[in-house]
Amino acid sequence: MLSNPDRSYPIKIGLLSGVIAVLIALEGMIQAFGARDIIGGVISLGHALLYATFFAAAYLAIRRSGATRLVNTIFVGALSSLIASIFVIALVWLGSWTDLGYVFVNATQPLYELLTFKQGLVVGSLLMLIVGIVMGILAALTVALPAKTRQYILTPVIWVITLGVLQDLVTVTIQNMPFLKPVTNFLYVSNGLSIPGALTIFVLLLAINYFWLEKRSAAQNRYASLPPASRRAVRWGSIGIGVVLLLMLPQILGLYLSEVLDNVGLYLLMGLGLNIVVGFAGLLDLGYVAFFAIGAYTVGVLTSPELGHAVIIGNWWVALPFGVAVAAFAGILLGIPVLKMRGDYLAIVTLGFGEIIRLLALSDVLKPFFGGAQGTRSIADPDIGPLEMTWSPQSFYYLFLAGCILVIFVSTRVKNSRLGRAWMAVREDEDVAQAMGIDLVATKLLAFGMGASFGGLAGAIYASKLTSIFPHSFNFLISINVLSLIIIGGMGSIPGVVVGALALVGLPELLREFSDFRYLLYGAALVVMMLVRPEGLVPEARRAMELEEFREEEEPAKEPVVLKTMGQP
Amino acid sequence: MAMLEVNDIHSYYGNIHALKGISLTVDKGEIVTLIGANGAGKTTTLKTISGLLHPRHGAIMLEGERIDGLPPHQIVMRGIGQAPEGRKIFGALTVLENLEMGAYARNDTAAIARDLDFVFALFPRLQERRSQLGGTLSGGEQQMLAMGRALMAHPRVLMLDEPSMGLAPVLVEAIFETIRKLNKEGTTILLIEQNAAKALQVASRGYVIETGQIVLQDSAENLRKSEKVRKAYLGEA
Ligand SMILES: Nc1ncnc2c1ncn2[C@@H]1O[C@H](COP(=O)(O)OP(=O)(O)O)[C@@H](O)[C@H]1O
Ligand SMILES: [Mg+2]
Repeated sequence: MLSNPDRSYPIKIGLLSGVIAVLIALEGMIQAFGARDIIGGVISLGHALLYATFFAAAYLAIRRSGATRLVNTIFVGALSSLIASIFVIALVWLGSWTDLGYVFVNATQPLYELLTFKQGLVVGSLLMLIVGIVMGILAALTVALPAKTRQYILTPVIWVITLGVLQDLVTVTIQNMPFLKPVTNFLYVSNGLSIPGALTIFVLLLAINYFWLEKRSAAQNRYASLPPASRRAVRWGSIGIGVVLLLMLPQILGLYLSEVLDNVGLYLLMGLGLNIVVGFAGLLDLGYVAFFAIGAYTVGVLTSPELGHAVIIGNWWVALPFGVAVAAFAGILLGIPVLKMRGDYLAIVTLGFGEIIRLLALSDVLKPFFGGAQGTRSIADPDIGPLEMTWSPQSFYYLFLAGCILVIFVSTRVKNSRLGRAWMAVREDEDVAQAMGIDLVATKLLAFGMGASFGGLAGAIYASKLTSIFPHSFNFLISINVLSLIIIGGMGSIPGVVVGALALVGLPELLREFSDFRYLLYGAALVVMMLVRPEGLVPEARRAMELEEFREEEEPAKEPVVLKTMGQP
Repeated sequence: MAMLEVNDIHSYYGNIHALKGISLTVDKGEIVTLIGANGAGKTTTLKTISGLLHPRHGAIMLEGERIDGLPPHQIVMRGIGQAPEGRKIFGALTVLENLEMGAYARNDTAAIARDLDFVFALFPRLQERRSQLGGTLSGGEQQMLAMGRALMAHPRVLMLDEPSMGLAPVLVEAIFETIRKLNKEGTTILLIEQNAAKALQVASRGYVIETGQIVLQDSAENLRKSEKVRKAYLGEA
C-alpha cells in the first residue's frame, strides 16, 4: 500500500513522538503552559504543545512515506499520531494505577486532569485518541494542500497563537494607548483570546497575507519602474520611518518590554562579537563570557567609589574606552597561547579561560580590587557631562541601540574588508590561507581582539545598568547562550545574529512560563535547527548561495569541453 | 646561483622523522620534478619549503637568501607560490574572488590586473566562469583555478603538488601542456608528481624520493632510462 519500502517508519516516528510527548508532560511543561489559554476555554498552550507533537509525528511520517493518495496519507498520518497519543493515555492510566510522583515530581493529578480534558479516565482517554487521529488527518490535509495555500493559512495561524499567548503583553502595552482599549476588550477574554477575537484575527491576517503574497511582486515592479529620484525618496522614507520607530520603541512598549529589549541588545552586542571569532574566523570560543566580565569589571572598578581604593575615574564615558581596550587586550592575550590549536582543543582552553576570569573575580586574594563575592557596587551611571538624569531601562535602551548600531556597522565593514577575506580563508583552511600570503598570527589575534572588544562594550554598559556586578553574573551559561544564538541565527551572518538574539533572548522573556524551561527549549531549538536548517534562520548570503548553486548545477560541466580552451599553444 | 636551493633538510611531525636530509636545487627557468610513491615525503618537502613546517635541520635558500624559519606568508611574499595537493580552492568564493585571494599579499594594483589577464589568457575557461562559485567547478577547472590562484601571487618559483591527481587522462594531458607553456613564458616550476611518466616528459631534471630521502637525481632523460625508475615508477618490467 505504501510506496516506500520502510513501512515501519510511521510506527517508529509515532513511538518517538509519543516518548517526546510523555517527556514534555513529565517535565511539567504541559502543566505550566496549560494555565495559559490561547483561545479562552478552547485550547491552552499546553494542549497546543501536545497537539503539535502529534501533528509533527504525522507530518514527518507522511513526508517520509512518499504516499501521495489522500487516503494513504491520512492512514499513515493518523497511524503515527494515534500511536503518539496512546503514549499520553498510557501515562495517565499508569499514573492512576500507581503513584509516579516519587520519580516524576510533575506526575500529579492536575496533570492527568489536563491530559484527560477533565472528563474522567475513560471519556478523556477516548477524546485524546480522537485528537491524535484528528491531528493525523490535519497533517495529511496540510500536506495535500498546494504549497501556496499552505503559506496563506500558516501565517494567520501563527499570529493567532502568538497574540493569544502574549495576551498580558498586548494588554499592558495597549494601556499606554487608551484609545485602543475597546480593541483589546473585543479580542480577549480573561484568559486567552475570545472566539470572535480569534476568528477576526485569523480572517484579517488571512486577507493581509493573501494581499501581501499576491501583490508583493506587483508592488516591487511598480517600485522598480519609478524614476530614480522617487525611488530614493521611498527608500529614505522607509529608512526614516524605521529610525523613528526604533527611537520611539521604549515609549510604545513600556517599561517591561524595554527591559526585554535591553537584554536583547546586550546579547546582540555579545553575539556580534562572538560572531567575529566563531562565525568569521571559525575559531570556536566557549569562554566568551570572560570578555564580557572583563569589560564590566574594568568599568566597575574604575568608577566604583566603594572598593576602598580611590576612585580613579568617576565618569562612565571615560571608563568605557578602558573597558573595551582591556577586553580587547585580554582577547589577544588569550589568542597567543591558542594560536596553534584548532577545534575541540581550542574550545576546551577557552572554556577554561572563561572560568578562570570568573574565579579571579570571586577570589579572596583579589577582593580589595574586585570585591570578591560581594561584587563591585555603585558603578557610575552613563551621565553625559554635568547632565544628571535618572537611568531607567528605557534610557539604557538608547545606549544599547547606539552600541548595536556601531557594532553592526563595524562588523559589516570588516566582513567585506581585506581582513574579512583573510578570516574567511583561515576559517576554510589555515594552511591554504597561509599559502595565499595571509599572516595567520595577526589575522587570528585580530579576530580574538575585535571579538573581545565587543564583549567588553557589552560588559561596560551592563555594569552601569545594574550598578552592581557579581562574579556569578558571569557564568559559563552566558557563553553558551551567545553561541546558541549565533548558531540559530546563522553562523557568520550579521542579520542572523539579530534574529538569533530576538528569538533566543527576546521570545523567552515575553512569556514568563517559558523561563523555567529556557534551557530545555534552547536545547530542543538547537537540535531541531541542526536537523532541519543547519545553516541557521538567516544564513550568510555566501553559504546560502553555495547551496543554491549546488542545487541548480546537479551536473558539473562536462570535462572534455575544457580541452578546447586549454592547452592550445 | 640557484633560484631555489634546499640543503639537507630534516622535518618532523611530532616524533615522526618525515624528511631525512632532502637536498635539491631548482634553477631559474627550469621545470624540476620531485617524484615518489604515496607517503614518500613529497608534500612534506613542499610544506617545509613554504614554511608550513619548519625543518629541524638544514637550510632553504631563495636566490641565495635563507628563507627557512620565516613564517609562511613572508615566504609567499618573497616569491614562492603553490597550488596545494587536492587543489584546496575556496568553494564559497567565486572564481574571480579565488584569484584575488591569490594576490592577497600584494598591493601593486596595476600589476595584479596584468597577472589576472595573464591567468585568463592561460585558462580561458576560468574567464568564462569567473563569477561562478569555486565549489561548483569540475575537478579539472578546480585544478586550473588552483594554478591560476598561485600565479596571482606572481611567484618566482611555482610549486605544484600533484596537479594531475584524480583527473581524467585527457585533462592530465591538458594540465601538463599548460605547465609546459607556463614554463616557456618564463615561470620556474617545482613539480611534485606521482605520475612519473608525465612529469619526466615535461621536466628538465628530476629527483626521486623514497621514505624521506632522495635516492636518485638526474636529468629527466636519464631518469626515464634508468632501470630503477622504469621498474618502480613507470610500471615497466
Ligand atoms: N600531518 C601529519 N602528521 C603525521 N604524519 C604525517 C602527516 N602528514 C604526513 N605524514 C607522514 O609523513 C610521511 C610523508 O607524507 P607526505 O609528505 O604527505 O607524502 P607524499 O606527499 O609523498 O604522499 C608519510 O609517512 C605520512 O604518513
Ligand atoms: Mg602528497
